[in-house]
Amino acid sequence: MELFRDTKFDFYGKKWIFLGLSVALLAVGMISLFIKGGPRYGIDFKGGAQVYVRFLGKPPINEIREAMSKRISGEINVQELTGDNEVIIGTELRDEKELESVRQTIVEVLESSFGGAKGKPDLNSVSADLLAEHLAIPLTRNGVNLGDEQRKALAAAIVKFRDENHSGLLSNVKELSGVAGVNEGVIKTLEEEFSLGKFSIRQIEVVGPKAGEDLRRQAILVTLYALGGMLVYIAFRFEWIYGVGAVIAVLHDVVVTVGFFSIFDKEISLTVIAALLTLVGYSVNDTIVIFDRIRENLKITRSEPFADTINTSVNQTLSRTVITSGLTFLACLALYLFGGDVLNGFAFALVCGIVIGSYSSIFIASPIVAFGKWMMESRRRTASGAVKGSR
Amino acid sequence: MKRSLQNRAIIIAAVTLLAIYGIIGLPKSPAELFANMQHNIRLGLDLKGGSHLVLQVQVQDAVKSEADQAIQRLREDLAKQNIKYASIDRNDPTTIAGADDVVITVKGIELNDAGNFRDVVGRNFPTWDMKSVSSSDYALQLKRTELIALKADTVERSLRTIEQRVNGLGLSEPIIQQHGRADAEYEILVQLPGVDDPARVKKIIGTAAVLEITDVKDGPFPTRQQALAQHGGLLPLGTKLVQERPSSGSGRENAAPFYLVSRVPVVTGRDLRNARSSRDEFGRWETSFTLTQDSAARFGRFTEANINNRLAVILDNQIVNVATIQSRIDDSGRITGLSGEQEASDLSLVLRAGSLPAGIVYLEERTVGPSLGADSIRSGIVAALAGLAMVVLAMVVYYKRAGVSATVVLLLNAVILMAILAYFGAVLTLPGIAGVILTIGMAVDSNVLIFERIREEIREGKSISAAIDIGFKKAFITILDTHVTTVISCAFLFMFGTGPVKGFAISLVIGLVANLFTAVYVSRWMFDLRLFRNRDLATLSI
Repeated sequence: MELFRDTKFDFYGKKWIFLGLSVALLAVGMISLFIKGGPRYGIDFKGGAQVYVRFLGKPPINEIREAMSKRISGEINVQELTGDNEVIIGTELRDEKELESVRQTIVEVLESSFGGAKGKPDLNSVSADLLAEHLAIPLTRNGVNLGDEQRKALAAAIVKFRDENHSGLLSNVKELSGVAGVNEGVIKTLEEEFSLGKFSIRQIEVVGPKAGEDLRRQAILVTLYALGGMLVYIAFRFEWIYGVGAVIAVLHDVVVTVGFFSIFDKEISLTVIAALLTLVGYSVNDTIVIFDRIRENLKITRSEPFADTINTSVNQTLSRTVITSGLTFLACLALYLFGGDVLNGFAFALVCGIVIGSYSSIFIASPIVAFGKWMMESRRRTASGAVKGSR
Repeated sequence: MKRSLQNRAIIIAAVTLLAIYGIIGLPKSPAELFANMQHNIRLGLDLKGGSHLVLQVQVQDAVKSEADQAIQRLREDLAKQNIKYASIDRNDPTTIAGADDVVITVKGIELNDAGNFRDVVGRNFPTWDMKSVSSSDYALQLKRTELIALKADTVERSLRTIEQRVNGLGLSEPIIQQHGRADAEYEILVQLPGVDDPARVKKIIGTAAVLEITDVKDGPFPTRQQALAQHGGLLPLGTKLVQERPSSGSGRENAAPFYLVSRVPVVTGRDLRNARSSRDEFGRWETSFTLTQDSAARFGRFTEANINNRLAVILDNQIVNVATIQSRIDDSGRITGLSGEQEASDLSLVLRAGSLPAGIVYLEERTVGPSLGADSIRSGIVAALAGLAMVVLAMVVYYKRAGVSATVVLLLNAVILMAILAYFGAVLTLPGIAGVILTIGMAVDSNVLIFERIREEIREGKSISAAIDIGFKKAFITILDTHVTTVISCAFLFMFGTGPVKGFAISLVIGLVANLFTAVYVSRWMFDLRLFRNRDLATLSI
């Protein structure tokens, strides 16, 4: 099976259309960034506290807001995540000690408002150690005699089952009946002694503003260093203008992707940075494949105009570009669809990035090299013309 | 040809076996296989759940307490030498940067005592620099080198104390290490995989755990004002007012009474030999402790002389217990009034580990709950399998037999990558997976490059063996260039990046090196093998 064979598309001839498209993409992203006052950084980069909470059933957003505002002064964001009955409760921009106490208060408010019946600990938030401690006396009373070690093992098994098989939330104590060591006496004891809260804490992130700023600065610096390193190597292996072309193409990809993040109102977090780095690697890989072909073709056909060499090279590698991008796109699409919450932002960046990365290698990097060549050529011509004229 | 094929087969088999061994060990049962895999491929906190904490040691606390000790000694020395002064005080900076500005100010030294005073300071306080501020006032500041050493030592001691406390919790594979630049940031990184109660651990790490047992002079008083009024508005020399700890859950913070206690404790946390949780005769949890030999003797003498007086147990400047001395107490005591087993065992844990030399502030906390961790792993595996299945299917459809060999090579690459990560003991985090994805992308790309090149050569009418040879040679140049460029950028990421970025760089570099071996060396061997078996291959399934 072959998709492309001896294609002769005039990519270079249509460069203005695609440069225009890129400028439009960049402009749209920039405008969105400008209107929204810069990228929407996650708390990794701006500092803040976020508690991810999953509820049994639909989260009572208004109740949560009300309960939080009673105990915490200042702004508290309660944001619902689509799908899994999850909310993010968060605050931003406070100093480290304040963040720490807000984080504690959020958890306390959740416990007191949604944490099951008063006076009975919440089986959905209890830790294995505390569960073992609470069970000691009641179990014996209900005729279940276990040694300390056995009791701890039982508590650990119950908590493990709750977290791994029920995403941390039991709706009924009887759901535990399949767990090793849980018999009727244990169920009875759990029902008597514990209540079932309606929430489970999935994730907590607290980043002080100082740490956030450091991370942001470092992420940007490190990416620039890496790009610099690439530029030098490509300049060394090809010509300096190739290095410039590759780096501009990569920058283009990063800026367009960040623009997409702004348009779709997605947060830029540390994992997204990892995805952007992946995109950089991917785009440079693509660009070098085409450059390599250009270099090879230049050796064979010295007399041909450079624009034709670019077209030949892009056409020769077209099949490879489409297949590789298609395959990686499929893999990232799978990640986006099945990867879960944690991988979502990450996969989004990759899905965007692969398309843009392949596009820019053909329509940005190569024209820049051609333009640079043309500049050098015409400068040499005027220089030699000047020499002739002075004679 | 045959010989070279055999040699290459041996190398490839050896690498493959070594890689598989690195991942699964030598399992005797399927259950053991899974256990070994879980043990060898270590997942990061973001994937399997746990807490990542960055805390900052408030080094200024240590400098201030060093200054307090110096003030104490200076007062004694000046009294001995009969040098009069108006006041000795220090400032109270509250930030880390302020640690360098801690100054002791001595005011009101008379002119004819000046020489004498300089002598005392010069002789007894060699670690301090003295400047005269005016004819009667002086300022003392800790010497630069001393300051640096003190701050470094404070971080070091905090680290050791936290280490002891965390180890006492019996968590599996905690990581506790210095973080950031050691000379300027005073940060400690604590990683606790699989912890299910992060709030408790944070409390255990963060409590100062300064224990004092001291005699009660007067009290209780319902408020601070009343206590002061009782003593004519001024506290007696050598005493301080301490509030009782509000009993847990009652929320009556204002109602907790005050006691007037002696400033110098009889016993401190440093005098403890051991502490453990136990139950009293009514089954209530308490923390009992034993004293070292020296302090036991001192405590025995003190209690004997003070029968019927009261003693207070003070923890972090809050009174936990007040008890009347019934008889001479030698080497043990207990702290009662605790909420339960966990508090009793946590308290004995922090007492055993000793107090922190300075306060700490949490700069960062990232906790992934165990339920999210389990879900992430599950959806990650589903996504990886789905992605792999799609890629493999597409390759086999498009490249037929060559696609099958590309699949084998791809899987081998993934196995080698995992094995090297396992051999290095590296941890696979989310950014690390980003590196693995890019690796797989580039590995697919290497195969595609080679195959497309071979197809081109065949189209130009070259023989199968020549097409394979030239295809590999030409594609190799491109593959090398793309790989070296990426490795160079990874080197920068590794040198200048923080944790997550580093994880990305490491797994990517390992993956690329493995890919050079699999996509070029192994893949070539597979093509050569097919050629060798069928010397006059007319068409290549590619």
